[in-house]
Amino acid sequence: MSTIPLGPVLDTAHAPGDGARVVEPKTPALLLTNHHHLCPGCGEPLAIRAIAEAIEDLGLVDTAVCALGIGCYTSFGSTVDIDLVQCLHGRAPSVATGVKRMLPDATVFTLQGDGDMVNEGLQEVLHTAARGESLTAVLVNNGVFGETGGHMTATSVLGQRTKNTIEGRDAEYHGYPILIGDLIAQLEGAAYVARGSVHNAGAVARTTKMVRRAFETQRRREGFSFVEILTMCPTGWFIPTGEGPDYLASTLGEVHIMGELKADGQIRTTEELHAENVRKAAELEAQLARGGLED
Amino acid sequence: MTTVVKSRGTVTIDVESCKGCELCIPACPPAVLTMSAPVNKRGYHYPELHPGCTGCAACLMVCPDYCFEVFRFQTPVEHEVPS
Repeated sequence: MSTIPLGPVLDTAHAPGDGARVVEPKTPALLLTNHHHLCPGCGEPLAIRAIAEAIEDLGLVDTAVCALGIGCYTSFGSTVDIDLVQCLHGRAPSVATGVKRMLPDATVFTLQGDGDMVNEGLQEVLHTAARGESLTAVLVNNGVFGETGGHMTATSVLGQRTKNTIEGRDAEYHGYPILIGDLIAQLEGAAYVARGSVHNAGAVARTTKMVRRAFETQRRREGFSFVEILTMCPTGWFIPTGEGPDYLASTLGEVHIMGELKADGQIRTTEELHAENVRKAAELEAQLARGGLED
Repeated sequence: MTTVVKSRGTVTIDVESCKGCELCIPACPPAVLTMSAPVNKRGYHYPELHPGCTGCAACLMVCPDYCFEVFRFQTPVEHEVPS
């Protein structure tokens, strides 16, 4: 933590004058307004921002088409400047398949939540991946049906307290969570599978790179690409907004491990990613103990 | 006693869009953002910037309401701050 003494409050209503440059990443122009309807502390706007940034960076603005699922993120349909098709619950990968086959030069992606993709439409995404459709599926995973009030989904982790698992998810009664990334990575048609998160700035940057790699995979027509993004849902989790990131890291993040599950033809399981993340964290700690990061 | 605090960067904050989630407060590496005492038109507290910003853009990257724009000065600005 910093030891800087707090000075007076500075003017942040106006941009500084000459001699200051805007720092990248700027907020993407594709996001038409920041007056959206999602709750305070929601992680989904960060996931949407990562997608918009990747589309702008890769110059895909004119060719991008989104097949949008049903969830809180659906309200973004009117405030993001991307062509989109609104799909029935869980059916976005099939609609995206149709769009891609009719418009092979378009950059087609789905945006779905965990309730939409893993509960309602699990077979849609699995078949689309197995067929090796050259499109990108993006899953925003918060482990609850946020839009309908915070009920358990198929990705809720064991012990997670939700509206209908008040005592925590119990394997004997509610079954085990589905690690959708691992399922898709096993399919021959999937070319790129990754799991990111938005619980801190580093994770957001890493996730943006994953989305970018997924779109690049699609542009090279290598097959199906999939990015899962863990997002905070303080409203559905019944916690204060400020606790969202830590809650995400300690519950969902402990089971749905961040990393690239399939890239360059190499499959890695969630267990392998976990071992790698633990090793990297230990290395970072040792580096900090030696007196700082080497860059 | 005063200390000189250098700001290598600064931000603009769209306070009327802020929903007071406080995600930017712990995300700020030099810890120079605090929540305001007053509230915006929608009734939410919003972040305020103090001297010492490095222009790292961590606040921008974690803000779900896209309130921040980040700038870096060519030459750091110095502030006299009571210590």
